[in-house]
Amino acid sequence: MLQSLSEVVLKVEGLGKDVPALAGEGADRLTILSDISLAIRGGESVAIIGPSGSGKSTLLGLLAGLDDPSRGRVLLDGVDLGALGEDDRASLRAEKLGFVFQSFQLLPMLTALENVMLPLELAGRTDAHGRAAEVLARVGLGERLQHTPLQLSGGEQQRVAIARAFAVGPSLLLADEPTGNLDPHTGERVIQLLFDLNREQGTTLVLVTHDRELAARCDRVLGLQDGRLVSGA
Amino acid sequence: MMRLALRLLRRDWRSGELRVLLAALLIAVTCVTAVAFFTDRIGQALNRQAGELLGADLRLLADHPIPPAWREQAGTLGLRQAEFRAFRSMVMAGEGARLAEIKAAAPAYPLRGQLRIAPASFAASQAVAGPPPRGQAWVEPLLLQQLGLNVGDRIEVGDVTLRITAVLSAEPDRSGAMFSIAPRLLMNLADLPASGLEQEGSRMQYVLLLAGPAEAVTRFRVAMADRLAPGERLEGVRDARPEIRSALQRAQRFLGLAAVVGVVLACVAIAMAARRFARRHLDTCAVLRCLGARQAQINRLFLWQMLTLGLLAGALGSLLGFAAQGVLAALLGPLFVVSLPPASLLPVLMGLAVALGGLLGFALPPVMQLKSVPTLRVLRRELGGLRPASAGSYLLGLAVLAALVAWQAGDGRLALAMIAGLAATALVLWLGATLLVRLLRRLPRRGQVAWRFGLANLSRRPGASVAQVMAFGLGLMVLLLLGVVREDLLDAWAGRLPADAPNRFVINIQPGQLAEVRAFFREVGLPEAEFHPMVRARLRAIAGKPVVADDYRDEHARSLVEREFNLSWATQLPVDNTLVAGRWWQAGSDGKIADAAQFSVEEGIARRLGITLGERLSYDIAGQTVTATVTSLRSVQWDSFRANFFVLSPPALLQDQPASYITSFFLDPRHAERLDALIKRFPNLTVIDVSALMTQIRGIIERVVLAVEYVFLFTLAAGLTVLYAAIQSSLDERLRENAVLRALGARRRRLWQSLASEFVTLGALAGVLAAALASVLGWVLARQVLELDYTFNLWLWLLGPLVGGLGVGLAGLLGTRRVVSSPPLVVLRQA
Repeated sequence: MLQSLSEVVLKVEGLGKDVPALAGEGADRLTILSDISLAIRGGESVAIIGPSGSGKSTLLGLLAGLDDPSRGRVLLDGVDLGALGEDDRASLRAEKLGFVFQSFQLLPMLTALENVMLPLELAGRTDAHGRAAEVLARVGLGERLQHTPLQLSGGEQQRVAIARAFAVGPSLLLADEPTGNLDPHTGERVIQLLFDLNREQGTTLVLVTHDRELAARCDRVLGLQDGRLVSGA
Repeated sequence: MMRLALRLLRRDWRSGELRVLLAALLIAVTCVTAVAFFTDRIGQALNRQAGELLGADLRLLADHPIPPAWREQAGTLGLRQAEFRAFRSMVMAGEGARLAEIKAAAPAYPLRGQLRIAPASFAASQAVAGPPPRGQAWVEPLLLQQLGLNVGDRIEVGDVTLRITAVLSAEPDRSGAMFSIAPRLLMNLADLPASGLEQEGSRMQYVLLLAGPAEAVTRFRVAMADRLAPGERLEGVRDARPEIRSALQRAQRFLGLAAVVGVVLACVAIAMAARRFARRHLDTCAVLRCLGARQAQINRLFLWQMLTLGLLAGALGSLLGFAAQGVLAALLGPLFVVSLPPASLLPVLMGLAVALGGLLGFALPPVMQLKSVPTLRVLRRELGGLRPASAGSYLLGLAVLAALVAWQAGDGRLALAMIAGLAATALVLWLGATLLVRLLRRLPRRGQVAWRFGLANLSRRPGASVAQVMAFGLGLMVLLLLGVVREDLLDAWAGRLPADAPNRFVINIQPGQLAEVRAFFREVGLPEAEFHPMVRARLRAIAGKPVVADDYRDEHARSLVEREFNLSWATQLPVDNTLVAGRWWQAGSDGKIADAAQFSVEEGIARRLGITLGERLSYDIAGQTVTATVTSLRSVQWDSFRANFFVLSPPALLQDQPASYITSFFLDPRHAERLDALIKRFPNLTVIDVSALMTQIRGIIERVVLAVEYVFLFTLAAGLTVLYAAIQSSLDERLRENAVLRALGARRRRLWQSLASEFVTLGALAGVLAAALASVLGWVLARQVLELDYTFNLWLWLLGPLVGGLGVGLAGLLGTRRVVSSPPLVVLRQA
């Protein structure tokens, strides 16, 4: 599993995030994350664990450039996300990032195939249809291309989401509680798929979970508590 | 990106997301294009078939015989010529006499278009080459019906008797109902002299028709344009039938502006539906951004969608508009022209413009916010809602609407007045609606649970409630105005006429016949009537300055200057007249008026033509110039239906001029035959049946009102889409709430009651507002515009809330039935 441990893909330096506090919370800003520094190498699989409210999702959002940090910086393949505009970050995501969410985030009005085609089309790929069908076949949904999310079970939906995430061949895959909405059996199959694809494609995997068993299957586990890294960095 | 946009659009359509938006767009496009298609068809009748509407390429109209120079010039240029004379006269058969519009045509008539005749009323017609031969007449079916005649019977026109050999089915240059007061009789010009109807003082129109190569027609026109004498007018293909053109322009403006009201409401619905559309696409956009879509890509995605939707709605709405114009054409077409050509495709462009403009102005503001949805929303759903709608964000939309109003109004002042009127109405509606919704909140919360819930719902969403009350208030107000207030006003107008107001005019009485006619009146028991002299004259100069039609911008003033009108003389101020300036002439002790050179002018015409007290007016009377000073101005109560005159003089000024006499009187309908005897004895007299004319006018008004009501049906439909848009925007919330209520044990009946109380109240509030506005507008129309007494109609206050409550209640329940019928578990799971 540790093949081609090469350069650092993702580097985080002194990352912090504050949000405006609600009335009655004393200070006028609330610190969600503080002083996070870490480096993740190509092909590595890393789990971020921590209890609810520890800042896991916020960290993941910052790693993906979905939000701006209050302090510090995130470098993806050496590019400082903070130095990029919204649209440049979007382009970077289209090129290098895959996403898997707890709530799947499939577009309900599109079929499985069309959902997977979406990032390919956004990246301007002409083989979107063929590539999407291929990835869907790989996750075992070759027969269900024309089904819409509502016609699929939760496990199937998450497999579509995984197919969508891997379709563009991302160098970094971020997963937010990928099994959070699934029963243990289905969750296990989805996780297996995630790891299999990760290995096959040599993708770097960062997943957020509070499932210690799942975390243990990763190369490295980062513990987060009250917005600080407490282990694994 | 375009493919993705279309795919998403198709899926949105299938899931029903776009229905309200599309419905609102369709209504806006349909009502505008229905009016545009209809006016386009009449416009085309005027433009493409102008030759046919003239019966020629060029025609000269004169109120005197055509000077030979015209015919010679046409002959030199090789133009074909034809001639006819048109006038109104009584025609007789047996004991009956009726007014007819007579056309006596030379054999070459018409030069363009075709006459069609049929062997009997409403039988299949066939084209014929020219007018009837000598001794024959063709008449319209109405005349046969009025006189109880059939083809083959004889009819008297003045002193000549003609045999009716066919029914006249179509005549190229015949006007629609708005411009004709009696059925047509077509005869041969050669029979006219024998009728004895062409005499001094008869209002006969002389028409010379010309046709030929375009170049020759132009040369003729250029050569003769400067040689037009007073009372002569040239009509070419481009300026054919000015009377229809100006009526068309008015219809276009009126119906167009009525359609605008529908468009305004539709735009409210578009804005509401687009907001919901945007809200429901926040997640999609967040996911797209997360997957790497740039802001420009998201913008392009929705722009493509809006463009597609706009083109679709424009095309489909135009199609519906085309279908809808059929009703307008059936109602109003016959008032303008006899037959309508098919429509052109031009209104489709207008339809597309309305659809795209509506989307651009009212759908884009919320939709364009989608590009800036925070990507983090994929992780935290509470982030990044829509910014609240502000008036500023719809500035473009308001500008689009203003442009539409300006376009329909076709003139700046009318457009400004309309925009100000719309804004004022919106303001009043908004104030009224806000007040009512506020009052509702103050209402003590007692009574049934369902009722309390319903009312609470209204005051909980005050913005949406106010918008709905406004939309329905406007729709209902229009309905009340057209349905109830119109009847009130017509009745008030009719009621102001005394029961014995004159209902017959007899004109064309020659001075030599006066004594005999008076005697005949007494003999057959016709009422004692006053006979007024009429002297035909043309205004030549005001205060020494020659009068030229081109100096007047007002169309009415121009036509007054161009044609001859009637002067009269009197010793006493007539009864329906009130002196408003100057002094009426007084007879001296010898019974004579010392200074005969005086005119008394009606104040309306004085204003129109710019005549002031003390100025000298010069009239041309049969080639002689008569000049006198304006010594008084009068106001005249025209609708007394007694003979009245714009310009009066003392007897001495005019009594030696050629005159004819006019009288008006009330004829008991039971004694109609006495007039037939009069006509039999004096065939040159013309009787105008005012009550028949009034019936005809009322008929025309009814048609016009029906057409306007028809256009306002779209306003009502637009009001309904506002309701649906509002229901939809609160539907998700309602579904969740009611699912919780039902999970907690509320019974469906109670939920129905709660919804019903909400919508019935909404409709009733709108009805109250509508009744108030309709009353005020009715009063303003009556007192300020029509100068009638207006009595407030209590029915308005009953009908408004009743119709509003029932209509909106029903529509609201239909729109929210899912709220009650969806199983709570399904709803709660989805939420």
